[in-house]
Amino acid sequence: MTQPFRLPRGGQIDRGRILRFSFDGQDYEGHPGDTLASALLANGVRLVARSFKYHRPRGIFAAGPEEPSALVQLETGGFTEPNRRATDIALYDGLRAASQHAWPRLENDLGALIGGVAPLFPAGFYYKTFIRPRGLWRYLWEPALRHMAGLGHAPASRDPSRYDKRHTHCDVLVIGAGPAGLSAALAAGRSGARVILADSDPLFGGALLRRAYRIGEEDGTAWAAEAVTELAAMPEVRLLPATTVLGRYDDNYFVAAERVGDLLGPAAPAGLPRLRLWHIRARQIVLAAGALERPLVFPGNDRPGVMLASAVESYIRHHAVLPGRRAVVFADNDDAYRTAATLTEAGAEIAAIVDPRDKPGLATQQIVRALPLWTGCMVVGTGGHKALRRVTIRPIAGNGSDTIIDCDLLAVSGGWNPTLHLYAQAQGRTRFDEGIAAFVPDGEVAGVEVVGAARGSFALSKCLADGAAAGARAATSCGFASAEISEPPIVPDDETGPNRLSLLPLPQGGRHAFVDLHNDVTAADIALAAREGFIASEHVKRYTTLGMGTDQGKTGNVVGLALLATMTGRDIGETAPTTFRPPYVPVAFGLLAGRAKGRLAEPVRVTPMHEWHIAAGAVFEDVGQWKRARYYPRPEEDMMAAVRRECLAARDGVALLDASTLGKIEVAGPDAGRFLDRIYINRWQNLGVGHCRYGVMCREDGMVFDDGVGARLAPDRFFLTTTTGNAAAVFDWLEEWLQTEWPELDVFCTSVTEEWANATLVGWAARDVLALLAPGLALDSAAFPHMTMREADIGGIPARIFRVSFSGELSYEINVPADQGLELWERLIAVGEPFGITPYGTEAMHVMRAEKGYIIVGQETDGSVTPVDLGLGALVARDKDCLGRRSLARSDTVRLDRKQLVGLLPDNPGDVIPEGAQLVAVLGDVPLVMPGPHPGMIGHVTSSYFGARIGRSFALGLVQNGRSRHGERVWAPLPDRPIAARICPPVFYDPEGARRDG
Amino acid sequence: MLLIPCPWCGPRNEAEFHYGGEAHIARPPHPDALDDPAWADYLFMRSNPKGPFAERWVHSAGCRRWFHVVRDTATHRILAVYKIGDPPPSGGTGS
Repeated sequence: MTQPFRLPRGGQIDRGRILRFSFDGQDYEGHPGDTLASALLANGVRLVARSFKYHRPRGIFAAGPEEPSALVQLETGGFTEPNRRATDIALYDGLRAASQHAWPRLENDLGALIGGVAPLFPAGFYYKTFIRPRGLWRYLWEPALRHMAGLGHAPASRDPSRYDKRHTHCDVLVIGAGPAGLSAALAAGRSGARVILADSDPLFGGALLRRAYRIGEEDGTAWAAEAVTELAAMPEVRLLPATTVLGRYDDNYFVAAERVGDLLGPAAPAGLPRLRLWHIRARQIVLAAGALERPLVFPGNDRPGVMLASAVESYIRHHAVLPGRRAVVFADNDDAYRTAATLTEAGAEIAAIVDPRDKPGLATQQIVRALPLWTGCMVVGTGGHKALRRVTIRPIAGNGSDTIIDCDLLAVSGGWNPTLHLYAQAQGRTRFDEGIAAFVPDGEVAGVEVVGAARGSFALSKCLADGAAAGARAATSCGFASAEISEPPIVPDDETGPNRLSLLPLPQGGRHAFVDLHNDVTAADIALAAREGFIASEHVKRYTTLGMGTDQGKTGNVVGLALLATMTGRDIGETAPTTFRPPYVPVAFGLLAGRAKGRLAEPVRVTPMHEWHIAAGAVFEDVGQWKRARYYPRPEEDMMAAVRRECLAARDGVALLDASTLGKIEVAGPDAGRFLDRIYINRWQNLGVGHCRYGVMCREDGMVFDDGVGARLAPDRFFLTTTTGNAAAVFDWLEEWLQTEWPELDVFCTSVTEEWANATLVGWAARDVLALLAPGLALDSAAFPHMTMREADIGGIPARIFRVSFSGELSYEINVPADQGLELWERLIAVGEPFGITPYGTEAMHVMRAEKGYIIVGQETDGSVTPVDLGLGALVARDKDCLGRRSLARSDTVRLDRKQLVGLLPDNPGDVIPEGAQLVAVLGDVPLVMPGPHPGMIGHVTSSYFGARIGRSFALGLVQNGRSRHGERVWAPLPDRPIAARICPPVFYDPEGARRDG
Repeated sequence: MLLIPCPWCGPRNEAEFHYGGEAHIARPPHPDALDDPAWADYLFMRSNPKGPFAERWVHSAGCRRWFHVVRDTATHRILAVYKIGDPPPSGGTGS
């Protein structure tokens, strides 16, 4: 017989359709409207998980997102998701789920042997036990523990699902669609305000779905359905069912996860996102998030069949499933007596109502009548191995004897905690309300209304009235005239009397009395923490792992706090709850990434010549967002061979580099020269039109920020270049100073990086190649010397040609409008062919610039290097102020032992020192590998290559007082061997610049 | 995610802006005239009040304009917004 625990009537399920699903390979049936949890219960499946630490058998404990036990691995392959709560997986046809963390099988889990020796694994066990011997942690303890502990498995293959994001605004965001939330949404919606109503359940109604309420003349469920119909018809109202609000951020900014395709599983239509992330900016919010029921702490309170009383009601009335046929209700409050009534109505037998109080409230009398009531008693044990078979009851006072009662369901309730997560994230303060024994909102938060059970106000009549009033207030404060408030429906009184926080006397010091079912934290663990001096709740949390599971302690935290308070002789109000951090429930990484993955993870910037580089077989490197050709290997060539060939081509013939990625900024206006004088350490006002200049800019602290060559295009117009990866930062820097400090300067900056393509023609034959393309342009050094620029027409392409050199060779940087960059490049390749023109990439560029000792900002510098350190002190103009200049005279920047730029020649010309290697002045007296800074450490290597033309390895580095150490020997102490090198000036090739200037 | 009322564009999400630290730190007109402690004071020392704080923001993904914000550092509430060059609103900025 299928679904033996399915009730014949009632519930919000569609009995007309059958959904087939499997759990741990076994096939079952359920209905639309089921969760995986309710469908498992309908089929009599009790054991669904093994606990985190002790591998204890666990069942379904709750009916919502607070579930601490019933975590499953949903589906397989790339779609799989670990640690999904069975209680909020909507059932769909073909669903496949499996238990986690059991080996070899859920029924016979060998890990459960740990449960037998649980006293050996108290809180702090790992910290105390596995600390010695130290070496074993990494190789033995950690791998073994990771195998034993943990939950589900992350997918091993790519998630095929799509995830979407939406951003929206609203006047009033209502969180929670129970009676209070629905009332609030109706009141706000009727005023015309733009309203969003979100609830994590696919069906709106909240508590109305789990208990038989009367509202006016109708059922609570019918009232909820009518409210939803009315809301759905309002044009400004958006309903977000199956949407969990994850967190609240500044100025009422909310992030919520909507389950879309997730409700249908892997077979969902391809266009549907699995989940959708909502970013919602709300002017006002009504928080009607309800309350979470607390468990009671007693030995064996984790056995499958022990369930929160509210969950029992949910399964019966919402899902039409009877979670057990013979039930015991164990509760310290009147509210749970209604669970007994619901169970009776559904046909279950109540074997006992156990109440630690001596006198239940008056409201319970009508319910109890014929039911066996055990007041002043508690449950001290549960029996049955993988499912509950019996409970043991004992009077709290005196020496009464134990009574064993057979049952297959134990409904527990220790009162209710208002769900304060989002309220706390809105910086709301809380206080402990003795009347309901729970933390409740204290005071007001602007823009946040808290109503209903979330405020600690549980009576239905008050939820409806307060919700409506709050919704109207929220709409009014957004400027909407509130609609006439309709006559409130008559609601039978359901006041349930006060709650309390019952801390039961615990046999065996609280072993097997679980506070946190997710992380297997027992009352005994909390007691141990308190004994060892952990008093603060945040400390106890970290020591015992209380509330650190994927459920974040939604059911157990406050109980744990109460235990801690009692054990440390304090009032619970004196202990602060641990911080409610977002997200409210675990979130798939895929949802946060949305579509920004793979090719869409980050914008890719390519130069106009990119397609040519691809066709030429270039290997690319990422420079910021740019793709740059690194080298162009020929068949059979490795990188070293290709770079060597490219370098020699540039040094001995002619070569071509795509330098289009250089940052380019035009600075225009009558004060442009004066402005640049303040930005750069050297002078710019006196630069002649048509001339180029190398400039360095510093931050105010005197550290090098960027460098580059610029030119004066006209008296009031400069063209600057920046380091590729620094273009945006330099542009922002210029804007910041112009806007905030020197608004009186008449200057305008424009980023023109993308406007110009740059083909850099390098080598002694560059002049001959260029002459073929620009026959009218005088190219001899007298007419067009180094560090000047000319505008020219290259066969119809307007060009700015800068005779500057980053390679040390004769070099023309030919800038043309970007859309003609490829054409220019192809023409250069064509006319250069007889000269053997060779395209070269960034790697050869790096080798050649380093041979010349030219720095790269971000490689030779790291934000702690001044121009003086780099040997560029002579650039600093003496007769003007500029950013950072004063800092170059600070006591720290004039220290004699600062690291200075030097060259390094390894003793063995074949040794290339790894970049980043540390340099030591002494070798042998101290061990090479030791903790802390090496006493002999005097510098480090910043750039290191094999120089093709100089025929040997070389490096640039920063060494303390390096300029006075030329000729001295240093070592790079590598793990396998030291490399010896000699300090030298940082120029290795053509120090006179004859080739560049020729 | 603060909602920052850009004086040029209106209220926009914080993600469109960049932070620029404490406002009204004028660059000394004659840095050379300052001794090391005075220069270091300009360079490094910033106030860190709990409460209203005048600070600089730039609407980098919008109009690219710098402006001033008075923000309560304890509540994150934005108390005032004003343009560069305007004096801080009366009532103090905590600094």
